[in-house]
Amino acid sequence: MKLLVPVKRVVDYNVKVRVKSDQTGVELAGVKMAMNPFDEIAIEEAVRLKEKGVATEIVAISIGIAQCQETIRTALAMGADRGILVEMDASPEPLAVAKMLKAIADNEQPRLIILGKQAIDDDMNATGQMLAALLGWPQGTFASKLVVEGDTAMVTREIDGGLETVSLTLPAIVTADLRLNEPRYASLPNIMKARKKPIETIKPADLGVDPAPRLTTLKVTEPPKRLAGKKVGSVAELVDKLRNEAKVI
Amino acid sequence: MAVLVLMDHEHGRLKQPSRSAVAAAAKLGEVHALVAGHDGAGDAAAAAAHLPGVTRVLKVDSEIYAHALAEPLAALLVKLAPDYTHLLAASTAVGKNVMPRVAALLDVQAISDVAEVIDADTFIRPIYAGNALATVKSSDPKKVITVRAASFDPVPAEGGAATIENIGDAGDAGVSRFVSAELSKSERPELTAARVVISGGRGMQNGENFHLIDPIAEKLGAAVGASRAAVDAGFVPNDYQVGQTGKIVAPELYMAVGISGAIQHLAGMKDSKVIVAINKDEDAPIFQVADYGLVADLFTALPELQAELERG
Repeated sequence: MKLLVPVKRVVDYNVKVRVKSDQTGVELAGVKMAMNPFDEIAIEEAVRLKEKGVATEIVAISIGIAQCQETIRTALAMGADRGILVEMDASPEPLAVAKMLKAIADNEQPRLIILGKQAIDDDMNATGQMLAALLGWPQGTFASKLVVEGDTAMVTREIDGGLETVSLTLPAIVTADLRLNEPRYASLPNIMKARKKPIETIKPADLGVDPAPRLTTLKVTEPPKRLAGKKVGSVAELVDKLRNEAKVI
Repeated sequence: MAVLVLMDHEHGRLKQPSRSAVAAAAKLGEVHALVAGHDGAGDAAAAAAHLPGVTRVLKVDSEIYAHALAEPLAALLVKLAPDYTHLLAASTAVGKNVMPRVAALLDVQAISDVAEVIDADTFIRPIYAGNALATVKSSDPKKVITVRAASFDPVPAEGGAATIENIGDAGDAGVSRFVSAELSKSERPELTAARVVISGGRGMQNGENFHLIDPIAEKLGAAVGASRAAVDAGFVPNDYQVGQTGKIVAPELYMAVGISGAIQHLAGMKDSKVIVAINKDEDAPIFQVADYGLVADLFTALPELQAELERG
């Protein structure tokens, strides 16, 4: 069974982002970039399915500027077999991403597409659900466990009050939550091997998709700063302040 | 045209974040509420009819919607969409699962986790784990939105008198099926609805020690949460998690115990009204956002706090 795993290049999760002074976005120049952490989990899950003999081929896809190739290389080093880069100047919105992924899925005919549940830059949490809608496939979002058997994916999902398990008829979409697995580090030999794995580069037009955004970002601002308050010397003083000053207990 | 809010409900009761979604919707137009479900759908619809600002409740009682599966629920919303300018839901597990699917079926870009409504087309939403706020304007003819409940005061539970209308289902493609649920049992209020939240972090050292928080939570009527580090270490289940990748909370009082204050945790609680931090490391970043900081070993501070509260 063929698997697709889309991977996004985002600001590394350890970086504290700064809002640009002209309010057009966040500062990206010279900032360390990395694969979206949830996408790493998605790749790891795909590789484990291959190791179990469930998956036969894993195709990693990234959409954006030429440097997204590095993100695909990371996926290849973790165990994906080949890559597709849809090259364009900007990082498109989830709807356009989903349309491009649908076009690729129509060509590639995978049985399963695993995505990260959200990207840590725009925090949209939408691409997987949107792709499932466009393909008319069922979706298992926020997955903490995935079991593929025959024509079925059993997905255990993180929901507000605990966990829920759903049974999906393949082909299906799964989006990875934190606890699905712990992604491996790519070994040096695998990083070397990944250099020889093929990456095909295409354009949005090759997929017949107009990636024009539907949302215009009018401005990006810093959230109101919370000022540090005071230190209290004892538990008794804390309780007194909460009772008599803040009046919250 | 009116605005439709998908209500999240369980056992006949509306979840509080849905009342926040109604508050957000009221800024956009006349509000209709959709209650789709099976067990308890009637009670939930009656509760929705009592919400101030809701003028009409659409109720679908069908087994198809018993577990709020995204596929049939999205199909239902798409069927109702022509009559509405905006479709909203709270950013609960259900809302986040269903609404982007609806948006794609309508060929519009979903607008996730809206924290402020500027006008019918313009919204503010957090990006980068809340480290920046983006003001976005949608050019789509219809808006599909999830609402960050912590940013909108919920409408009161009583005061409205909407009509309830039974509507038909929109079918089920049969590609997804509910198997089972494993829900955390707790007598405590839900994290996203609690007036007080007490969260433990890696400093709690193990799951057993979380019981030190229990009597305090009991006394204050608080929900118990945790940092991602505490969840990753296996101290408590993931549904305790407060943060960018967990639940977003904004209670009257948030107490962070043994939590260093990673960016991803702050993203989930920094809109709380009063923040208390108890940590033995005086340089912990959590103190930079805390209104009251106590540098202390939590294993002495928690029992002291319990005693102090019991003293009344």
